[in-house]
Amino acid sequence: MSDTRPATPAPLHPAPAPSPAQVAQQARAKTPVEVTGAQSLVLSLEAMEVDTVFGIPGGAILPAYDPLLDSVKVRHILVRHEQGAGHAAEGYAAATGRVGVCMATSGPGATNLVTPLADAYMDSVPIVAITGQVSSAAIGTDAFQEADIRGITMPVTKHNYLVTDPAEIPRVIAEAFHIAATGRPGPVLVDIAKDALQARTTFSWPPKIALPGYHPVTRPHGKQIREASRLIAEAERPILYVGGGVIRARASAELRRFVELTQIPVVTTLMARGALPDSHPLHLGMPGMHGSVAAVTGLQKSDLIIALGARFDDRVTGQLSTFAPDARIIHADIDPAEISKNRKADVPIVGDCKAVLVDLAEAVDADLEAGTGGDYAAWRERTAGWKRTFPLGYTAPEDGTLSPQLVIERLGAIAGPEAVYAAGVGQHQMWAAQFVQYERPNSWLNSGGLGTMGYSVPAAMGAQVGEPDRTVWAIDGDGCFQMTNQELATCVINNIPIKVAIINNSSLGMVRQWQTLFYNERYSNTDLHTSVGSRVPDFVKLADAYGCAGFRCERPEDLDDTIRAAMAVTDRPVVVDFVVHRDAMVWPMVPAGVSNDAIQVARDTAPQWDREESEAIEQSTDADHDGR
Amino acid sequence: MSKHTLSVLVENKPGVLARIAALFSRRGFNIDSLAVGETEHPEVSRMTVVVDVEDLPLEQVTKQLNKLVEVLKVVELEASSAVQRQVMLIKVRADAATRSQVLEFVQMFRAKIVDVATDSLTIEATGTTDKLAALLEVLEPFGVRELVQSGMVAIGRGPRSITDRALRSA
Repeated sequence: MSDTRPATPAPLHPAPAPSPAQVAQQARAKTPVEVTGAQSLVLSLEAMEVDTVFGIPGGAILPAYDPLLDSVKVRHILVRHEQGAGHAAEGYAAATGRVGVCMATSGPGATNLVTPLADAYMDSVPIVAITGQVSSAAIGTDAFQEADIRGITMPVTKHNYLVTDPAEIPRVIAEAFHIAATGRPGPVLVDIAKDALQARTTFSWPPKIALPGYHPVTRPHGKQIREASRLIAEAERPILYVGGGVIRARASAELRRFVELTQIPVVTTLMARGALPDSHPLHLGMPGMHGSVAAVTGLQKSDLIIALGARFDDRVTGQLSTFAPDARIIHADIDPAEISKNRKADVPIVGDCKAVLVDLAEAVDADLEAGTGGDYAAWRERTAGWKRTFPLGYTAPEDGTLSPQLVIERLGAIAGPEAVYAAGVGQHQMWAAQFVQYERPNSWLNSGGLGTMGYSVPAAMGAQVGEPDRTVWAIDGDGCFQMTNQELATCVINNIPIKVAIINNSSLGMVRQWQTLFYNERYSNTDLHTSVGSRVPDFVKLADAYGCAGFRCERPEDLDDTIRAAMAVTDRPVVVDFVVHRDAMVWPMVPAGVSNDAIQVARDTAPQWDREESEAIEQSTDADHDGR
Repeated sequence: MSKHTLSVLVENKPGVLARIAALFSRRGFNIDSLAVGETEHPEVSRMTVVVDVEDLPLEQVTKQLNKLVEVLKVVELEASSAVQRQVMLIKVRADAATRSQVLEFVQMFRAKIVDVATDSLTIEATGTTDKLAALLEVLEPFGVRELVQSGMVAIGRGPRSITDRALRSA
């Protein structure tokens, strides 16, 4: 993507240009200064307090890279593929809560950002992508490296821009960051024509933001809060269904206070792992297709679901028509379009989760003070019983090989809750969600909505840049790792010491699991040859080739020592090839498209409810049917 | 399914129409008719969109439209409290023998002849979708050679203006 054939013979250094220091000096004085569009872009990024940009230069974005070289505030990290830049920006944003920034050239550079943009859109990650575009006169002519990236990314960005007038650059950059970070966060793309970067313009800060159609509602409506607290007081079997919105809203402390006040059991979705500490006694685990029995059953049997920043995704609800049949729904989300999209809400609350939790706590507290609050002791006992009876578990392989769950469990135990964990997509992702104990928000990064294989390594890289003092583990699969491992070069060269655990089962494991369960063990195109029979590639040699430390672990007895050895390497990235048993499967599982009542704890094995619980379930469902 | 008429006020900027059309297509909503034009405020355009959806999906359409940064306001116009108009141009076969019959229908529907040739008439008709469909039905036996219709435009009855309020809140 680094073709530099100039479309027009433009001077490389438009002279005379003031030095960046001079420009910055003047810019601080808020008086307009004369600059190029490219300088205006870099000054705008500096004014937005951007400290890191992940990107790759190329023809159309080239003018922007010249002043970037002189910026002492913005560190540009040269990645090896634009997809890596995009996921790194996501990882940076997800770990720090700040807006991540990536940059690419026109055409293929920009189209390579489409996957991370779609990923960030699905998971509400605040990132800003800046792309170069061919000169405005050439737009629409199928010019060299031209792609209509604004048109292409319309459905996968919160908003996007095409800038052809250099005077617009400061305003558009300010708006882009504002839109990305506020309301429901999301990706914003700014496409800038090359001639706009080269032209002379003036820069002044702050620009006047003009967004007449953008007013995210953050304060919840008092009437809805009162109605919600009424339902909470009336409920007998309430449950908090906590989604990624709670993490994005930085509302973990408020959530914890609310849980402790109300004593209502909690489930945290794949996107919300860490929103409430896993060690909290009222935490029932993760709901959904591979959720814990307690979390899945807790939702199914509840009479009131309090959904916070969650969106009733099909992976959580299973067959929608049979999801939590007796539950009334309080649905709080900053995005009104999520409310009643899949499951109709009885009490819709539009607002920021933090504000919602504060206001709800106040309302519920008043009820409790007045002695009119709910009492959920019997329900808590039942949910605790499920948690006790059906803990997450796995059986160790009989042949003495490594079980992938054990690897992840030990990794989490040794690296601890202060580390950051970034997973790819597939079996290892589910095990990482299940078997690492998350105690704090922003410690778990993954591609939940889009399910992007290859997310892990670049996201870990971005997280490590944003959180240099934390240990960052990429928990990756052998399939995922091969999609984006080129960023190890970026990590080595830029001193970004991430650690990569490859859960190597020599297969596209999740697909293989489905082939085992639903396709008569016909393993069509899921064998990756990365450990069984051959090692293509040999991940330890690959690590070595990149200048990373490389380890391999194949026996349970070496596991802790290997993890500790990896933890001890802090001066360069580490890659550990954990060769695991290939037939391990992710359990529990609700097969796609069926009711969550059909949860299985192992192959063809439904949970064995004890007699009392069966009776309790029957009684409660009967009572509910009578009552409605 | 039922038809709903939405008035969508948007910033008058390039690409907004594409954004809205793409949203309808992506979310699986069918557009029956779409008309766009500037309003009394040149920086604001107004789209009139007729969609064929149930009530709950309609709520989704409205919310999704409101999420677009360049959308200022979305209002549903009920047929009973709004004036709805569509324009149709019809080129119909008409020779000396049939011309007077065609003209009779044109007058009954308060339509206009805008072009005449020896064996054809071009008729301009304005009205609701139902009225235009009725006109078309009576003209069809003569032979419709060509037909073009505009999207529907609609405006609420009474003195209130949705643009004023939208711009104030903006």
